[in-house]
Amino acid sequence: MQLTLKKNKTSKQLLWIGIVSIVMFFAGLTSAYIVRKAEGGWLEFEMPVWFTISTVAIVASSALLLFAAQNARAGRSATNLLLGTLAIGVFFTYSQVQGWDDLVAQGVYLTGEGSNASGSFIYALTLMHLLHLIGGLIALGITAVKSKQGKYTKDNYLGIQLTSIYWHFLGILWLYLFLFFTYA
Amino acid sequence: MSEHHKETFLTKYIFSLDHKMIAKQFLITGMFMGVVGMTMSILFRLQLSNPGESFAVLEFFLGEKWAPGGVLDPNMYLSLVTMHGTILVFWVLTAGLTGTFANFLIPLQIGARDMASGFMNMLSYWFFFAATLVLMYSLFVESGPAAAGWTIYPPLSALPQAIPGSGLGQDLWLIAITLFVVSSLLGGLNYIVTILNLRTKGMSMSRLPLTIWALLIVAILGVLSFPVLLSCALLLIFDRSFGTSFYLSDIIINGEALHNTGGSPILFEHLFWFLGHPEVYIILLPALGIVSEVISVNSRKPIFGYKAMVGALIVIAFLSFVVWGHHMFITGMDPFLGSVFTFTTLLIAIPSAVKVFNYLATLWRANIRFTPAMLFAIAFVSTFITGGLTGLILGDSALDINIHDTYFVVGHFHIVMGVSAIYGMLAGVYHWFPKMYGRMMNKKLGYFHFWVTFISAYGVFFPMHFLGLAGLPRRYYTNSAFPMFDGLTDINEVITFFAIIGGLVQLLFIFNFFYSIFKGTKASENPWKSNTLEWTTPVERIHGNWPGEIPSVERWPYDYSKPGADEDFIPQNVPLKEGETEH
Repeated sequence: MQLTLKKNKTSKQLLWIGIVSIVMFFAGLTSAYIVRKAEGGWLEFEMPVWFTISTVAIVASSALLLFAAQNARAGRSATNLLLGTLAIGVFFTYSQVQGWDDLVAQGVYLTGEGSNASGSFIYALTLMHLLHLIGGLIALGITAVKSKQGKYTKDNYLGIQLTSIYWHFLGILWLYLFLFFTYA
Repeated sequence: MSEHHKETFLTKYIFSLDHKMIAKQFLITGMFMGVVGMTMSILFRLQLSNPGESFAVLEFFLGEKWAPGGVLDPNMYLSLVTMHGTILVFWVLTAGLTGTFANFLIPLQIGARDMASGFMNMLSYWFFFAATLVLMYSLFVESGPAAAGWTIYPPLSALPQAIPGSGLGQDLWLIAITLFVVSSLLGGLNYIVTILNLRTKGMSMSRLPLTIWALLIVAILGVLSFPVLLSCALLLIFDRSFGTSFYLSDIIINGEALHNTGGSPILFEHLFWFLGHPEVYIILLPALGIVSEVISVNSRKPIFGYKAMVGALIVIAFLSFVVWGHHMFITGMDPFLGSVFTFTTLLIAIPSAVKVFNYLATLWRANIRFTPAMLFAIAFVSTFITGGLTGLILGDSALDINIHDTYFVVGHFHIVMGVSAIYGMLAGVYHWFPKMYGRMMNKKLGYFHFWVTFISAYGVFFPMHFLGLAGLPRRYYTNSAFPMFDGLTDINEVITFFAIIGGLVQLLFIFNFFYSIFKGTKASENPWKSNTLEWTTPVERIHGNWPGEIPSVERWPYDYSKPGADEDFIPQNVPLKEGETEH
């Protein structure tokens, strides 16, 4: 028991420090955005509606995951809620791609003739967030399967806890990026 | 976290989860890369001292394509300089140094059976190995390896069509460095969590050996700064491969105007040096930790000012994040901003001086044992001072502008960061070799290695300061087009002479290392009469470190020559005697 508690603590710490490094990665990118914007020649454009839908989706998925963790804590099955979170996560991916389509339709390109750094930044940042999110989707999938196999007990559901921390972080990161794009 | 278990060849030597074996993997890979990087420097030094002359050795290593008739091709010159810097900064002095000593010492000195995650640790090495393969592969591609310098400034690095080295070689460089960053992060996460969670009973933070303090702070620096390098490289990859304009603007190549507008190469420098400067300390701090330990053990005295040493490490680490602008004084930076960066940079002199003072105070009137490890540790103090003093000149924007990008800079950073960290690493290898391999390294060869290295390192880098003051620019293939530099040829010849001698003597060290693994005299459990916990483990390597219970810690690690004690050292696991107070 003592050993499990210690393992849980170190695993969570590992994840948190990993999250700190991801924060630094995005801090680097968004500060580059600010510096570049200050230099002028910056194309202003409307944020796609699909990105707002993404925001609603990721908040909803986090809420669902909170309930999943609550179920696990109470010793009830969390499988369906985990699968629900996963489904919304997949929808988030879809909404991001739709958002990119909207941007292209507005004439905002990643690269080539007529592209501007403001557009390139938004593609690069959302793509990087999405890559991290795909890691989260894989974690959700594995957690859901393990939950189905009954591998979590109310005393030890570390997998669900770790996945939750990471997924909520991705949600907060998206909120940050969304507000950043809108107001920065 | 099990104790020793049966191992096959594959699990013992290749896919090992044992931190000690992983440390050796890092060390030997680092040594191999060290030889490659050093050989490169000798090759381009031949061109610098004897421009345009033919050398059979150049043709032997580089072939007819890159050294036609034995004369170094200018593109290959740039590639060699780039790869030398990359290999030494990242592969040898980051992975080779931290990878070796963090892996080896953290569990042993804090009293843990292994790292928090042995698997992540193994993964860290294999990512490093993959990065090594990719970087080595880039030496053999048709257009040659990357050539934009280890700092890969755009536009040279961002335009594949710029020079041969900007092509496939640069792509492979970026892939290698991405794998390298993943390896560093996996390692760093593990080091931090291990130190925070797995200390044995009694090992409070105030009883940690200074090596562990240094390695902890290095890991934190790495976790905070390497991701920023990755973000910097990511935008560069976008510019190179997808045609974005983050760093590029208004470029005309061969009469053809590129579509890129609005990008800023200065932006790259900001992002790069936000990593780049902490990286200097990622290299230096482990060496500071190792030297603290080696000096204390071989002075038979407690380290002077333990708390000040820890404080200085923390202050240096913090300041390293707010000084990156001193690499960019000539980028058109606002002079006021320049003066701010000058101020923060010069502040680093304070904790650095604290460290030097404490080293000297530890050595003062000590009963010094001049082992090869101790000599390298003292040499470290020497280069840390000489290299640090020129840092004051470069840190001052008004002075820096005159000698920016000259050999003064090359001399400065090679002494303070390159040579110092190599001395720290060599001190560490000589000191912990008995624990790594259960045998002693040959002392006489060690002394010979030390003196030749020490003299030749100063022989190489000290004269560079004069070249720099005379205005000689760095990175140039040849200076023969500038008559004002004609008088400097002799100095360049002297430098190359010492570079060759210094390089050759490292081969002797490598011989000593491998010979001693198999034929060295057998070591006892604690040959240096040292206090830290690793010397309480058996000579024979076992996975799990201690055969029985892990010892608990009763005192700090620096109880040397304690009044009233029977011997001049008291290991950390020996309980305090009745009436004895802790240091």
